[in-house]
Amino acid sequence: MLSFIGRSIIQKIVTLFFVSIVSFLIIHLAPGEPSQVDPLNPKFTPEMVERFREAFHLDQPLYVQYLYFYRDLFTGKTISWKDNQSVLKKIWERFLNSLPLFIVGTILTWTISFPVGIRSAIFRGDFYDRSATFFSYLLISIPGFFFAYILIIFVVTHFHVPVIGMETFGIGDTSWSHIAMDRIWHLLLPSILGATAGIAVLSRYVRSQMLEVEGQDYVRTAKAKGLSPDQVHYKHALRNALLPFVTMFGLILPGLIGGSVIIESIFSWPGMGRMAYEAILARDYPVILTVNFVSAVLVLAGTFISDLLYLVVDPRIRL
Amino acid sequence: MMDINDSETQLDEPLAPKRTRLEEFWRLFKQNRLAILGLVFFIIFFCAALIGLTLTAGANPVFDPALVRLQEKLRPPLAKPNLDSLLPSEIPTLGLYLFGTDDLGRDVFARMLQGAWVSLTVGFVAVGIAVIIGIFMGGIAGYYGQRHIRVDQLIIAALFILGAVSLIAGLVFVSSAFFICAAAGIWVSLYVGNSVKETSAALWKRFWHKNTLSIDTVIMRFVDIMLCFPSFFLILTVVALLPASIYNIMIVIGLTSWMGTTRFVRAEFLSLREQDFVAAARALGLNNFRIIFRHMMPNAVAPVLVSATIGIASAILTEAGLSFLGFGVPPPHATWGNILSDGKRFIFDAPWLTFVPGIAILIVVLSFNLFGEGLRDVLNPKLRERQ
Repeated sequence: MLSFIGRSIIQKIVTLFFVSIVSFLIIHLAPGEPSQVDPLNPKFTPEMVERFREAFHLDQPLYVQYLYFYRDLFTGKTISWKDNQSVLKKIWERFLNSLPLFIVGTILTWTISFPVGIRSAIFRGDFYDRSATFFSYLLISIPGFFFAYILIIFVVTHFHVPVIGMETFGIGDTSWSHIAMDRIWHLLLPSILGATAGIAVLSRYVRSQMLEVEGQDYVRTAKAKGLSPDQVHYKHALRNALLPFVTMFGLILPGLIGGSVIIESIFSWPGMGRMAYEAILARDYPVILTVNFVSAVLVLAGTFISDLLYLVVDPRIRL
Repeated sequence: MMDINDSETQLDEPLAPKRTRLEEFWRLFKQNRLAILGLVFFIIFFCAALIGLTLTAGANPVFDPALVRLQEKLRPPLAKPNLDSLLPSEIPTLGLYLFGTDDLGRDVFARMLQGAWVSLTVGFVAVGIAVIIGIFMGGIAGYYGQRHIRVDQLIIAALFILGAVSLIAGLVFVSSAFFICAAAGIWVSLYVGNSVKETSAALWKRFWHKNTLSIDTVIMRFVDIMLCFPSFFLILTVVALLPASIYNIMIVIGLTSWMGTTRFVRAEFLSLREQDFVAAARALGLNNFRIIFRHMMPNAVAPVLVSATIGIASAILTEAGLSFLGFGVPPPHATWGNILSDGKRFIFDAPWLTFVPGIAILIVVLSFNLFGEGLRDVLNPKLRERQ
């Protein structure tokens, strides 16, 4: 067990090292330079550009830039090229904005997809199952931005509530209940949109897992000895079908930072995805690289946690 | 002689398959109504894209997607053009605006036709790139995976990579030095390999030929590295940094989505290479190339086909998302994503600018997904035996 943990941690660190190299190369070998972002700006005189290049080590060879960048990252001193603010602080602020979206979206995904998937599996092939299947394909296939506009049109014309942004602009001093309702309305649409694809995929997965378990001999035995259908489905089948999903708790971790660029742009939500999008537009390399690095760390941590959970949950796996 | 032949045919007759593989495939496929629906829509989309390419391209196209009629802006779908205010050349070919017009009075139907070809080519080219890389990497990892890379090969490869990287970075002198070192390395390893008898070189040789990593490990770790990147964010970054062009989008989507195929192909190859027909092929003295492509690949292609079909759907969605964010095909050319993106400002006044491209994307992506799932069911051998 300990040796497994040690080995996989070393492996993950090596992977992370290569990820850092690859992402650095992708960004820096692309044509164009960050110091040339705005050539028409009269403030960007050649002297300014030169000073800028020197301040951010852009005149050094690539491997020196690489070392400088990751030294700064690990000591927490990376600053954004755009506004000279600390990158980690910026990311933390945006992360706090994205967090409610992530939490509500995840709760929606997990609470909706399980009942839907289980019911489809139990009533396999009937009208409910077929329509659930079709709807899940529909939700996978619908472009997020298109669905967003459908929902915006629907909510705005039927409920007359504003939905863009984190809160209504200039809401001022009103009662706390009013503010709370306002926040909830603004939170609702982006989280539903963030959850749609997840609901569709996860409910299909729940259904297939459940079907597999329902075909096992012990479920037939449980039915044969006269247990009630509820007991068969929920006590014998469901508990075993749940096993793979425990590991998925680890895999939702990367979603924390990913945010959705498109959804956050549509709703003007000042979250991670939108910050990353703005950084890309401004060629703010430290922010892009840091977001990339943090998300790679989260992916690796997520797979590590899910491996560990599998070890804990599934008694058949022994090291 | 005659007798034997007769008895053989008698034996063969009941055993011979009643239907060919294709007929069997079609018989199973027909039962899945959703998949048939997907296939039909896919064919319609394919024809529309081809027709759109021929009718909207050229100097004097039948449907001109770029023709601006400012006096006819934001007309709803099926609206009749106002004939008094238009020049004869500006009258839409169909005699009405089938899908309405946008804020510049351009015919949305013509723009949709033009955009169909973009979606189609992005989907197919990107997935084609991904599948080729995936089959190549997965095939190597699965078939040659157990072989180890020797120290000398590792050093030579590293030198070549360093040379290439410094060449891209513009350091010509450094890169040529790396390339010379790599060439010298090849020579040394060949030389050391040939001079087996010399005892003084034995230690060297042992070091040079020491096994390090297996090929499988290298490729699968590379897959792990690629999977660490948030894919849409990576695509967005690269597309934003590169000059805007449809080819860049295809290549970037292809280069960031081959990992799944690699895993499938590797897993299939690992199990196939242990089977008897591969051993038989090897015993017949076939070369590796023929074994891989004639004997193993046809057996491994089913999951690849399914994931490719679903990959086309997600590539189309990704392209639409990129166009929506304003990256990708430069403006005068229409894509479904940028029609929707342009129309979002008029979402309450001219909802058709949002709904027409949105529903088109939805239907196309849905048809690919349904078709892919149908393929998965049909190509699943377990299901085939049961029926």
